Amino acid sequence: MAKLLKNREVLLVIAIIALVFLIALRFPGFVAPANLARVYNDTSILIILALGQMAVILTRCIDLSMAANLALSGMVAAMINAAFPGVPIPLVILAVVALGAALGSVNGLLVWKLDIPPIVVTLGTLTIYRGLIFLLTNGAWINAHQMSDAFKALPRTPLIGFPVLSWLSVLAIAAVYLLMTRTPVGRAFFAVGGNPHAAVYTGIDVGRTRFLAYCLSGGLAGLAGYLWVSRYAVAYVDIAAGFELDIIAACVIGGISIAGGIGSVGGAVLGCLFLGVIKNALPVINISPFAQLAISGTVIIIAVAVNARTEKRKGRVILKKAEAV
Amino acid sequence: MLQETTTSRMKPAIALEDISKSFPGVRALSGVSLALYPGSVTALIGENGAGKSTLVKILTGIYQPGGGTIRVGGEETHFPTALSAAHAGVTAIHQETVLFDELSVAENIFLGHAPRGRFGLIDWKTLNDKARELLRRVGAEIDPTIRLRDLGIANKHMVAIARALSIDASVVIMDEPTAALSHKEIHELYELIDRLKADGKAILFISHKFDEIFRIADRYTVFRDGGMVGEGLMADVTQDQLVKMMVGRDVGQVFPKVDVAIGEPVLTVSGYRHPTEFEDINFELRRGEILGFYGLIGAGRSEFMQSLIGITRPSAGAVKLNGDVLVIRSPAEAILAGIVYVPEERGRQGAIIGLPIFQNVTLPSLQKTSRAGFLKLANEFALAREYTQRLDLRAASLDQDVGTLSGGNQQKVVIAKWLATQPKVIILDEPTKGIDIGSKAAVHAFMSELAGQGLSVIMVSSEIPEIMGMADRVIVMREGRIAGRFERSELTAEKLVRAAAGIGEAA
Amino acid sequence: MAGLNLSPRILPDRLQSRSSRALKSWESLLLVVAVLIFAVNSFASPYFLDPWNLSDATFNFTEKALIAFAMALVIIAGEIDLSVASIIALSSTAMGLAVTMGADTPMLVVVGLGTGLLCGAVNGLLITGLGLPSIVVTIGTMSLFRGLSFIILGDQAYTGYPASFAYFGQGYVWWVFSFEFALFVLFAVVYSVLLHKTNFGRAVYAIGNNQTAALFSGVRVGRVKFILFLLTGLMAGIASICLTSRLGSTRPSIALGVELEVVTMVVLGGVSILGGSGTIPGVVLAAFIMGMVTFGFGLLNVPGIVMSIFIGVLLISVIALPILWSRARRRTAH
Repeated sequence: MAKLLKNREVLLVIAIIALVFLIALRFPGFVAPANLARVYNDTSILIILALGQMAVILTRCIDLSMAANLALSGMVAAMINAAFPGVPIPLVILAVVALGAALGSVNGLLVWKLDIPPIVVTLGTLTIYRGLIFLLTNGAWINAHQMSDAFKALPRTPLIGFPVLSWLSVLAIAAVYLLMTRTPVGRAFFAVGGNPHAAVYTGIDVGRTRFLAYCLSGGLAGLAGYLWVSRYAVAYVDIAAGFELDIIAACVIGGISIAGGIGSVGGAVLGCLFLGVIKNALPVINISPFAQLAISGTVIIIAVAVNARTEKRKGRVILKKAEAV
Repeated sequence: MLQETTTSRMKPAIALEDISKSFPGVRALSGVSLALYPGSVTALIGENGAGKSTLVKILTGIYQPGGGTIRVGGEETHFPTALSAAHAGVTAIHQETVLFDELSVAENIFLGHAPRGRFGLIDWKTLNDKARELLRRVGAEIDPTIRLRDLGIANKHMVAIARALSIDASVVIMDEPTAALSHKEIHELYELIDRLKADGKAILFISHKFDEIFRIADRYTVFRDGGMVGEGLMADVTQDQLVKMMVGRDVGQVFPKVDVAIGEPVLTVSGYRHPTEFEDINFELRRGEILGFYGLIGAGRSEFMQSLIGITRPSAGAVKLNGDVLVIRSPAEAILAGIVYVPEERGRQGAIIGLPIFQNVTLPSLQKTSRAGFLKLANEFALAREYTQRLDLRAASLDQDVGTLSGGNQQKVVIAKWLATQPKVIILDEPTKGIDIGSKAAVHAFMSELAGQGLSVIMVSSEIPEIMGMADRVIVMREGRIAGRFERSELTAEKLVRAAAGIGEAA
Repeated sequence: MAGLNLSPRILPDRLQSRSSRALKSWESLLLVVAVLIFAVNSFASPYFLDPWNLSDATFNFTEKALIAFAMALVIIAGEIDLSVASIIALSSTAMGLAVTMGADTPMLVVVGLGTGLLCGAVNGLLITGLGLPSIVVTIGTMSLFRGLSFIILGDQAYTGYPASFAYFGQGYVWWVFSFEFALFVLFAVVYSVLLHKTNFGRAVYAIGNNQTAALFSGVRVGRVKFILFLLTGLMAGIASICLTSRLGSTRPSIALGVELEVVTMVVLGGVSILGGSGTIPGVVLAAFIMGMVTFGFGLLNVPGIVMSIFIGVLLISVIALPILWSRARRRTAH
């Protein structure tokens, strides 16, 4: 039991349930299945993005350019749709996922081949990608009436009781889960972040692994780009501005160590749900939605403090007596 | 005996011939040869710095030899990467396990060659089953699904050994595998090594402990100062002979030890202890004295010294300097009190290689060279020049970055840095580790001079000639405790080795 | 004494004179770039060389540069502070709140500086007290500080600052020299002296190069770092006073994204993002370059967002180019 309580995922589940329970005490409507499904749907895009960020953070890197990548990919999706309404939506999605992965690979190449610190690389590409949107559009918006109905409808289309958006995030969770747990690349993410030195001994190419993590985060940002633009039916330069912090917050809350090597798909998803519940509950319990930013900031700090305490390793022990204890 | 003759007639699994390796300023290995035979354990013996770990790194593809050949099964090969050495069937179990704390035991065993199932996905069930089987083979009762960090050091070693078995290695290198093991665990390791032998593995066993070597090894090779000084069958050699080969007192290294009148006690340490690193340390250090601290790596000497200067907090104990009780909570306070520590890890703890020589030297003395918090460069250059000259530093200018100097000269800068604070007690932790002969002599000469000027010196060293040549008195530490105290007059290499390894007098 | 001191060698202080070393430095390259941009700008637009236009141009960088000076020290010490823009917001909000409670101009300055210091102390305590990584802590406080502004202000704005308060962002000390520019010059000198001429500055370099060795050498690492975060908080407070005064209003989204520009300015100025090296004169030059480019683009009617692309490319290339350069040199050497 004590061991179970130390488990980050279990703690988060308890925290989320407690949170939902507290809200339900005063507003029973919040726990209505339909509402919970809505909360999940609302968190779907964050989940997709956090999965990619998780892979990058696991390898001891960080991707601050995800939201900018999302905005650029989303804009391109909208532009394709506005210019060629006949192009089938799955093809559009494929195109922006590829575009997002390409944008991510730029980050990855700079980190891999030039050894530039990840934070600098992605700070730079963040501003570049946002600027590119402006260059593409000259600052113009693409509004709902310029998008085809099929383009806008896809995320909302119900499928076995849930919207496609929710299903896509479930699919992304399943795919990344398989990748992280069942493939050598996924395991290499953990190895590279956990002990880069030992990873080399094991024959893992540290730089290449980081590159692949950036490709993954980029591809997922591309997918999220289409979903964001079609869901809100608008594309402009500043969509999802500052969202990169929410993504990192979700990861940190989910127990993914910023020092690399520690984390899980379950943790990342739960971290997103935690933020999602808070965000959706604030209006219900009559707290200004403006409080959300301060809350996620506080939660980041608390989460990283808790992580630091649990990660503190035991020192080398010389005295036999102490080891026996 | 019969078995021995058959192994020596067999073809070696791996043979190193005439291997050399140099680093800037140091010749780590010169023309050494080593052959490892299937089904046989070869013990590699030598002091710290004799070249053992360099040899292991060449064998595992981390370093490239500067000269010589490597033959696997008679064929000449090269190990350009760690992976190529592993493919050739060479695997090493390191002193400090290079494994992944956050991954499961089973994954640590199979990372990089995990069994795959449908669609090429990792088959965790098979993986765990195979891991369980391997762990059973090495005799370790470990659940393969738990995380590695939850294991003790002994079990981590077992996992490393299981990993070696999983890649079907023909050559297994064990670098001080028993350093952190209990008596019972060591016994289990012996049984495991016997099984590996029976499987036909060639084993290189590196250890400082003679009882182990005599228990487990079939052959021996002794290294000293980067060269091979002896090899043969364990059956043909005695412990005393091995110790003599290893220490090699006849090799002429003259220590500039000067007789100094030893004065009153300066530093008194009593009842000093720490929850995990050391306990019950009591000693007195006198004026003009060089007090040697000898012990094996990991005996707790550095940990104790660092606690003395406020890096880590002891759980109990008292320190008196010239009769006054001292409470030191940080290195800054230690410097003010007049106790300085020249750390062992020069690159990490000693030198700041990105800064120029003079800035390194004056860093702890800035209070003295500056005025009202403002730097006075002229004072800094003067101070730096005074102390680097006393140590005969070889450099182009005082403005040169420390990183551009040789190891020996870097060490001179570090020592100059500490002397410039004008301490009462100086603690030198492995002061000549990894530096060339010339710089060693300069450091030793300087140490003598300091003692002559009335400074009290603590010298932590793992090199027996250095301890015997320089120390007035020696304290031997083992597993965090004081294991012996010797006056200079009664010092012998054998006594030091025995006290440090915890073995009795030779029969 | 066994051959010791027999042949004392006199080591020279320096082989290269300080001026010849300066000539080969990153800073002199920046100076050349700055001069080039200045020349290009004056050819590209007839309005560029007008003193009042140039004076207006300084507002593009003075507030950011004030923070960049402190940020340079933080980054040289191997840390980072991403919360500075949010400190501006919170500090501005606090001043706005003070106005509604009837504070006068001196009181507003106290509130602005105090809020900045307080935010810096929070960062410093979390980082040095609890030993948390500064990048995550300041990403957290970045949300927290701006989040507090949002809680206080919502979608409202504070206006109604006293007329005398306008001086900090709109006043002129002498002729075309604004109060902000005077502050910029003053703090450029103060931080140059602090970093290059004091024991404290030496400790900052030592920590950034090798924190462990610095600690072993008696540098009080925790205290130095705490002071550095206090300083960035204080400078963000000063920048907040200037910006609020210049805009005459406070919205919670004030100074959004400024932290990126500040970090870019510092890195462009030759400060290593990995810590350990960099100079204040470099940061000063980088501030001028970024300001002049923005101004030049403005004169040419290039929108601000294109400027941000330029900054992004600049940020990556100033780090990538030296790496590529040394690689190319190594290849030709072999």
